[in-house]
Amino acid sequence: MEMLVTALTIFALAMFVGFEVITKVPPTLHTPLMSGSNAISGITLIGAILSAGTQDTTLTTVLGFFAVVFATINVVGGFMVTHRMLEMFKRKD
Amino acid sequence: MNTAIVNIIYLIASALFIFGLKGLTHPRTAVRGNLLGGLGMFLAVVVTLFDQGIVGYEIIIAGFIVGALIGAILAIRIQMTAMPQMVALYNGFGGAASVLVAGAALIEVMLAQNGPDMQTTIATGASGLIGAITFWGSLIAFGKLQGIVTEKAVRYSGEQIVKVILLLASIAAGALVVMHPEQQLYYWILVGISSVLGVLLVIPIGGADMPVVIALLNSYSGLAATATGFVLQNNVLIIAGSLVGASGLILTNIMCKAMNRSLANVLFGGFGEVQEGEDIEDIYAGKIKATSPEEVAMLLETAQTVVLVPGYGMAVSQAQHAVRDLYNLLESRDIDMEFGVHPVAGRMPGHMNVLLAEADIPYDKLKEMDEVNSMLGQTDIAIVIGANDVVNPVARTDPSSPIAGMPIIDVDKAKTVIVIKRSLSPGFAGIANPLFAADNTLMLFGDGKKMIQETVAALKEG
Repeated sequence: MEMLVTALTIFALAMFVGFEVITKVPPTLHTPLMSGSNAISGITLIGAILSAGTQDTTLTTVLGFFAVVFATINVVGGFMVTHRMLEMFKRKD
Repeated sequence: MNTAIVNIIYLIASALFIFGLKGLTHPRTAVRGNLLGGLGMFLAVVVTLFDQGIVGYEIIIAGFIVGALIGAILAIRIQMTAMPQMVALYNGFGGAASVLVAGAALIEVMLAQNGPDMQTTIATGASGLIGAITFWGSLIAFGKLQGIVTEKAVRYSGEQIVKVILLLASIAAGALVVMHPEQQLYYWILVGISSVLGVLLVIPIGGADMPVVIALLNSYSGLAATATGFVLQNNVLIIAGSLVGASGLILTNIMCKAMNRSLANVLFGGFGEVQEGEDIEDIYAGKIKATSPEEVAMLLETAQTVVLVPGYGMAVSQAQHAVRDLYNLLESRDIDMEFGVHPVAGRMPGHMNVLLAEADIPYDKLKEMDEVNSMLGQTDIAIVIGANDVVNPVARTDPSSPIAGMPIIDVDKAKTVIVIKRSLSPGFAGIANPLFAADNTLMLFGDGKKMIQETVAALKEG
């Protein structure tokens, strides 16, 4: 129960921080914001690594492998495509 | 590695994510912000690889290679006009990863000595539910944007009831997961029902409402990661997921406000039925003035201020580079040209801005709706390319219109309006646009890219 309350506290505070920070992002950067935040939501990758690495059962290993693939696409693709877009905004400054 | 150290690194990663998003508040700091986010991710992944429970790396590395290859190829090769479907696809992958990780975690926790507690099982159910809706909803959104699935709103009788029943069924399956976590099958039944729900939630939504859907699915992909964080009791997942969840919700809200519609109306309301033919004929009859690129070029030569308002049609005809040529030519003749971007123009938030940035238009030329509206009264020429509903004055004048009250770009206030469009066909809202028949409007019928190119050529000759 104590763990749950701690986790909920972190969740609520992180939502507040998110609202505060992201409200200030200008509409011009909304597409990079989406792809960049998408890359961050690929953080599930660390859960996937643990499932694929601990290899408790064949099924968990297989699930873990596919989770690593999906999450890595998200992380690598997300950060790269965001970078590509942001470079286009930057060079005219 | 010691858990305290691992958790401290996770804390650093979380802080980097926040700094990274903060960097996105200005184009100058945005590149660095994105790199900081990437650094945070790198740290979190590396420290996780030192986990003592890991018995072999071959599966992980294989997954890395496959995922990184697919991700990198997509990121490098994707066209900027196709960004909406790309982001939709990424949202989906995030959701799928959450479903799989939570499913694996449920098996692992059953093998452990003391079995799962309520928190774990409830969070597992939530991961499966949100993750599956995100994955399948995103695939449908991708299909619609890519033209594989019809862009039209697919509606049928009893639609809402079907969705409510599916939602109740998936909640019931979730309750079974909580009560009998040892039965793996319940989890996968939950995932199955939620998948169908994800498809049915997005299929009735039409193309021009995609900005809302993509923003919402973006939020879901974050919340799915958060739920997985509750399963694994891992704070960095909870924090990162919440940041993305918040981001998606903010964008969803901005998009809904820009259409003056509630989220419920976008998701469940009927929209996009085409108005009766006669009404449209009545409004346009005898009042449409067609023009030519040569005439437009003559008008532009004498103008001092020009505002261009792009819509999804600019993306479809890939006209952004031709627009840039027009911009450079006008600027070289000391004619001021600005761009007015409506929040829901295009198929995702910020879609037009990315295309214009790709074509080297400086970002300080891209004006938001309120700013450009205050300029349009003093503007000589407003050029509308591939936009329709977002410049329809009916939103201001007719309270019974489906777009009544929607904030629009008031191009009709400019001295002359040039609308580049293939035909008089209605936009997504399915209604006629009296702007086309207005006294100060000239219609330049044709493909956006070709018409701009011909105007540029005529300007150079003249």
